[in-house]
Amino acid sequence: MLVYLIRRLFNVVATLLVVSVVTFGIFFAVPKITGSDPALMYAGRETNETALAGIRVKMGFDKPISEQYLIFVKGIVAGRDYNTGVDSTHCPAPCFGYSFKTETPVWDLMLDRIPVTLSLALGAAVIWVIAGVATGVVSALKRRTAIDRTVMVGALAGVSLPIFFTGMVAPAVLVYGLGWLDVSNYRPLTEDPGAWLNSMILPWVTLAFLFAATYARITRATMLEVLGEDYIRTARAKGLTERVVIRKHALRSTLTPLVTMFGLDFGGLLGGAVLTETTFSFQGLGTAAVAAIGAGDLPVIMGITLLAALFVVMANLIVDMLYAVIDPRVRLT
Amino acid sequence: MTDNPSFVPEPAGPAPGSEPFLSVRDLQVHFPTDDGLVKSVDGLSFDLERGRTLGIVGESGSGKSVTSLAIMGLHRTGNARSRPHISGEVRLDGEDLIRADAEHVRKLRGRKMAMVFQDPLSAMHPYYTVGHQIIEAYRTHQDVDKKKARTRAIEMLDRVGIPEPAKRVDAYPHEFSGGMRQRAMIAMALVNNPELLIADEPTTALDVTVQAQILDLIRDLQKEFGSAVIMITHDLGVVAEMADDILVMYGGRCVERGSAEKVFYEPRHPYTWGLLGSMPRIDRDQTDRLIPVKGAPPSLINIPSGCAFNPRCPYADVPKGGITRTQRPELTLVDAAEGADRHWSACHMSQEERTRIWTEEIAPKL
Ligand SMILES: Nc1ncnc2c1ncn2[C@@H]1O[C@H](COP(=O)(O)OP(=O)(O)O)[C@@H](O)[C@H]1O
Ligand code: SF4
Ligand SMILES: [Mg+2]
Repeated sequence: MLVYLIRRLFNVVATLLVVSVVTFGIFFAVPKITGSDPALMYAGRETNETALAGIRVKMGFDKPISEQYLIFVKGIVAGRDYNTGVDSTHCPAPCFGYSFKTETPVWDLMLDRIPVTLSLALGAAVIWVIAGVATGVVSALKRRTAIDRTVMVGALAGVSLPIFFTGMVAPAVLVYGLGWLDVSNYRPLTEDPGAWLNSMILPWVTLAFLFAATYARITRATMLEVLGEDYIRTARAKGLTERVVIRKHALRSTLTPLVTMFGLDFGGLLGGAVLTETTFSFQGLGTAAVAAIGAGDLPVIMGITLLAALFVVMANLIVDMLYAVIDPRVRLT
Repeated sequence: MTDNPSFVPEPAGPAPGSEPFLSVRDLQVHFPTDDGLVKSVDGLSFDLERGRTLGIVGESGSGKSVTSLAIMGLHRTGNARSRPHISGEVRLDGEDLIRADAEHVRKLRGRKMAMVFQDPLSAMHPYYTVGHQIIEAYRTHQDVDKKKARTRAIEMLDRVGIPEPAKRVDAYPHEFSGGMRQRAMIAMALVNNPELLIADEPTTALDVTVQAQILDLIRDLQKEFGSAVIMITHDLGVVAEMADDILVMYGGRCVERGSAEKVFYEPRHPYTWGLLGSMPRIDRDQTDRLIPVKGAPPSLINIPSGCAFNPRCPYADVPKGGITRTQRPELTLVDAAEGADRHWSACHMSQEERTRIWTEEIAPKL
């Protein structure tokens, strides 16, 4: 188990290094391909050669690429100094550099956006896992009945309808139709929990609907497969009640593949739920990334990419750990 | 087809008045499918007493497993939409299980009647330890604490010949060898001292070397616990040494039934002859089988009219007037004078004819 853990941790570090090299490569490849100068992008249009030269020195653009990469990585791990020769700015770890546009540290910008994206992903995840798994299980147990068919039609709709459509229909129904909620902009949890909850419910429901639909379908299919397994027949042959057969024997096997899916989905969402954030005008990591791409704000793009990769890799690691706990056969490998 | 489902052959059994321990009468298990009604079991009757072993033999697809699941009431579990139609009687200790309350039958499962399945790897839950699964079987039916149940599980593992049972009790099924796994399955089935044990091809998935050990184990345990055993197999050799009685199934029906002696040494049905002929034997070249059962098992949706075996039977034209293709042969006594050692078979050929074919044509070549 310990060897397994160490090997996995080694994988995590290796993956992140690869991602950072690739991201850094893009940081240099993009200006080269488009023929633009990062110093120019940093400085904006109204500038002169002296200013550009200063920027090059300060940002380290004058150094060889490999050295710049090492400085970049060191910045994330230990912080770095931006030195123009005249003055020096210290950027504490984790330093992802400064936004070209706002000149604020990228890390501060991300810190600002993470709570929004995290609130969105966490809340939606709770809803979609509970709703998706529950409906999937019920559907499987009531296979070929009216309940099953209704649920599956709903799930198909959830899978095929785009977020911005659901994001329009959900307020129409829940706010204007039923009057259960009002629309509001994002409010931080720490400021006003009630307002936070109120602002989050619609985005949660919208985002969760999409995932719940997928989870319901997968849960149903897996459950049906599991119910056909020999060990379920054995459980029944032992005289266990149907309740125990389903909850203890069938559900555990059904949840295993869902753990993998959940890890990937959730890890991915932490890097930003672009469509949902846009639909509800939330200032999350997703919208930040889109804005940065539009503006050619390379440090921000790089920062968010690395952060998103970190989330996915960590989610994967946790999934693998969980897997070893759930399935005793995994421990051997 | 000249079906006559009301015909119930008189079973071999105890003196009139006392009911047999297990009595199956005209059992039918039909699965409605998109292609039609699958008649997996179509009018099966037999009796079984405590302390005795019945061997049910037949090719794959002849309805052996479906029969055992029907006795256990397992067709009544799970999704209501995919359950088969079941009719007839399964009387266990005087109680009709087909008509009994499902919850009542559940309580009998694993306690009064238990089952061992073919593939012990897939039949055990991969995520729970062997001990956990045995303890669960025990505590479902006995009001004991976990510690007592654990002691019982270790005792059972020891009894079925698993070394270091106190240690192995915490192992997972995948950590056992195939034979050990089947031993553990047997321990789990016997943990509540069932009076009826159904073993559905318990050695088919195992190495040849382990097969005999498992059979020996079942035989020893039966002596010890005095339970009734149904040993299901497609291998006549397995039942020949284990069973007191043998029932040969073909296409969901019984074609021959009697004491193991009779069915093995004086079989009176061409299908049984085929099974005997296709038995692998060490002293004979595999390619030199006497009467391999040629052709495919019958469709259970459109069962051949008349004798279900007629498309594959080398003697189908012996009975006059094509009767084998129009009229279903009923089970009849091979020799009415035999008394308790009764022997039944379902074939249109006359007893004399069959005796002659067996002694002159078949037996010498076996
Ligand atoms: N749930 C089911 N639905 C439809 N057909 C079934 C079902 N279970 C078994 N059968 C059919 O019943 C026949 C007998 O099966 P089975 O009893 O498993 O044979 P075996 O003698 O090999 O144990 C087979 O043809 C099988 O296809
Ligand atoms: S009834 Fe006819 S077809 Fe059937 S086993 Fe006898 S001889 Fe063969
Ligand atoms: Mg079978």
